[in-house]
Amino acid sequence: MQTPTLFALLLLLILVAYGTGFSRALGAARSRGGIRSLASLPSYYGVHTALWCGLPALIILGLWLVFDDAIIRTLVMGGIVDKPESLSGQNLLYAQIQNMASGNLVGEATPQLTAAAEHLNSLRHGGQWLQTALILILSVGLGAYALLKVSPEMRAREKVEKVLRAILLMCACAAIFTTVGILMSVLFESVRFFQAVPVTEFLFGLHWSPQMALRADQVGSSGAFGAVPLFTGTLMVSAIAMLVAVPVGLMSAIYLAEYAGNRVRAFAKPLIEILAGVPTVVYGFFAALTVAPFVRELAQSVGLEASSESALAAGLVMGVMIIPFVSSLSDDVINAVPQSLRDGALGLGSTKSETVRKVVIPAALPGIVGGVLLAVSRAIGETMIVVMAAGLAANLTANPLESVTTVTVQIVTLLVGDQEFDSPKTLAAFALGLMLFISTLILNFIALHVVKKYREQYD
Amino acid sequence: MTDLTQTQVRERIAARLASRHRKEKLFRGLGIASIAFGVLAVLVLFTDIISKGASAFVQTDIQLQVTYDPAELGIEQVDEESLAWANFDGVIRAALRERFPDVSGRRDKRELYSLVSNGAGFELRERLQNHPELLGKSETLWFNADDDVDTYVKSLSKSEDGFLGRTSEQKAQWILTLRESGELKKRFNTTFFTNGDSREPEQAGIRAALVGSLFTLLVTLVLSFPIGVAAAIYLEEFAPKNRWTDLIEVNINNLAAVPSIVFGLLGLAIFINFFELPRSAPLVGGLVLTLMTLPTIIISSRASLKSVPPSIREAAMGMGASRMQVVLHHVLPLAMPGMLTGAIIGMAQALGETAPLLMIGMVAFIVDVPHGVTDPSTVLPVQIFLWADSPERAFVERTSAAIMVLLAVLITMNTCAVWLRKKLERRW
Repeated sequence: MQTPTLFALLLLLILVAYGTGFSRALGAARSRGGIRSLASLPSYYGVHTALWCGLPALIILGLWLVFDDAIIRTLVMGGIVDKPESLSGQNLLYAQIQNMASGNLVGEATPQLTAAAEHLNSLRHGGQWLQTALILILSVGLGAYALLKVSPEMRAREKVEKVLRAILLMCACAAIFTTVGILMSVLFESVRFFQAVPVTEFLFGLHWSPQMALRADQVGSSGAFGAVPLFTGTLMVSAIAMLVAVPVGLMSAIYLAEYAGNRVRAFAKPLIEILAGVPTVVYGFFAALTVAPFVRELAQSVGLEASSESALAAGLVMGVMIIPFVSSLSDDVINAVPQSLRDGALGLGSTKSETVRKVVIPAALPGIVGGVLLAVSRAIGETMIVVMAAGLAANLTANPLESVTTVTVQIVTLLVGDQEFDSPKTLAAFALGLMLFISTLILNFIALHVVKKYREQYD
Repeated sequence: MTDLTQTQVRERIAARLASRHRKEKLFRGLGIASIAFGVLAVLVLFTDIISKGASAFVQTDIQLQVTYDPAELGIEQVDEESLAWANFDGVIRAALRERFPDVSGRRDKRELYSLVSNGAGFELRERLQNHPELLGKSETLWFNADDDVDTYVKSLSKSEDGFLGRTSEQKAQWILTLRESGELKKRFNTTFFTNGDSREPEQAGIRAALVGSLFTLLVTLVLSFPIGVAAAIYLEEFAPKNRWTDLIEVNINNLAAVPSIVFGLLGLAIFINFFELPRSAPLVGGLVLTLMTLPTIIISSRASLKSVPPSIREAAMGMGASRMQVVLHHVLPLAMPGMLTGAIIGMAQALGETAPLLMIGMVAFIVDVPHGVTDPSTVLPVQIFLWADSPERAFVERTSAAIMVLLAVLITMNTCAVWLRKKLERRW
């Protein structure tokens, strides 16, 4: 039976289990003088039976789908005597076998291949049968077992709630699984990368050109993996972005919180927050087609040479993107400063701006710093704007009018398109991802810590 | 210590007062300037996109008198096989030659043929397939103009000379002739909404990308909403205060700030390389976006669970409900509007996301509209990214138009969220 059909059948079985559990509980209650003699409501008996019937079967089915292909592959490849050494060679061979098994013949059919394809087909066929039988026996058997256990004394509600609680806990743990997944995926590939390229060369090398040789004797294609130009490029674009976003965001938050009347606030705040909802690809398009030419012409009009993919254009647009982020975080912390502090300063005769500068800002500083750190981590990890508006060449320069490249741009260029998974070129992307993850993790951690500590002060 | 008399103090204050007031004004001015900068950025962004993209909703058509000449087509009767081989481009070319009979020479003729989009042949085939009786007859039809012609005609309405670009003087002359005699018309660009991607700008549309986005969002919603709500319920209502719970909370807060491209790396390494799910599929895109939007949904769901007053829980508890019953029967329905709002905002975020989808191969050139979550497809933001890279000038306006569609959908979603919150929100 095909998996979707099996799945549908399983759902049907679960429904039947619920119905029979429900009516059996009612039947048991009838002889004892009504529903009151039951330990739980009849619907809980139904759910209890349905859980026994469905849950184990669903888990087994899920595991089956995950590991099915890998196991069949191991079995098929195990039966082949002289298989190629390299991973890509094995992949190719297996793809050939698969094609042959599904009837599209590519290339010549050696007896070995034919045998392997037949082996694969028989395994698949047998697997399908085994799967259907296992799932159905499991679901019907456990369902029947749960049905037999239905009795007025059984505390069905407690059991059902225990399972529900476990499911809720599993969902909550999804966050941990995700973090572990991210760590594993970038770590494993990075370790493989660092086996080919020393860590010190990656971290301190000044030259980045990740072209690998297609043939061993090719000229000038050893590939260089010194990531320093990428780090400086990222830092420069982020610094430009922060130079725009922090003053503008902070000042607009101060103005909105301390000066603006209700009408201005109701008009300006949502308008600025629109900037936060605009997708980054739109900013990228805007930066590449409107801001970058503008910056170039402006630089030329004052006699400077500017690249059409200048770091300045990407940084400016990224700064605009981050403005609402800084302003709404600062707005929150400024509003959290107790009114009594302001009243005290004003009562001593200071002007409004002096109150803000000397009292409100210092009081809100930890929160503002936390917000700015979060904004920096966002700028470092921002991808689409730099992919579309910054360059690809890794220049080690401090001139914002030149083109630079960033960590995220390189990750995208290394991984988009066809890739081989054992070349340092693609693995480098994961090493860069690891750097990105670690640096944003540290920034987030400090920022969240600072913000949390600050909140405790005034609550 | 010097003793200052009251007058001396007053004098000192008065002397500094002017400069203090100046500073006050300056500070206030800076605040206003910052707000103005933000508002200006919004306005510039939107006017720039709209002024570039509005013209993409109009498409130029050319009228031609075509003859379904069996000799030109190279077929005798209309059936499946002969239609597949028939030379429809030849019919279009013949019609163009007939319209401008004095064109001779290979290069001039090629120039002439490029007036009409090279998708015109397919249109003609479809027409003949649906009306086989037309064979041997002739009729007047409108065809999509080539993108260069389209660009030129559109630029004519802005200035006298118009933008020629790759269009030659001679071609411009033909276009002007056609325009004068009413054989050119502009119509609403339905192709843009009914077609998939194409190398030819005049045939490119966003339908495939829209459907791909829809499938991806569907997968995201189906997975992230239940999981997010369940996680929020556990953390808010059941979680004991211990290190495990702290660990979960730290993780959620951190994930909310992890760059989206890192989720793309996760998708590539785990879903595609390890689990061997199909590349470019909305299924994988949806999985990656689920992991990305989960923190948003969990955080907003927790906030709306928190806003349900404890008296509700106590009352239910007092009636003998178990904790699970309290939550499922009473707290959850009351918190649902807030959770839905959070979910819509999370979905809007997922809809605009590009970078992680590039990692899992959703950048493929997709012409066909996907039919399921495992078909290769692309999404609207990625389509925008791809078009923004195309060199043809006509793609600039189409990119902007696609951005307008994307922004319109996002604004609708956010408005819905605000409306829903206003409509269903309860003040306790």
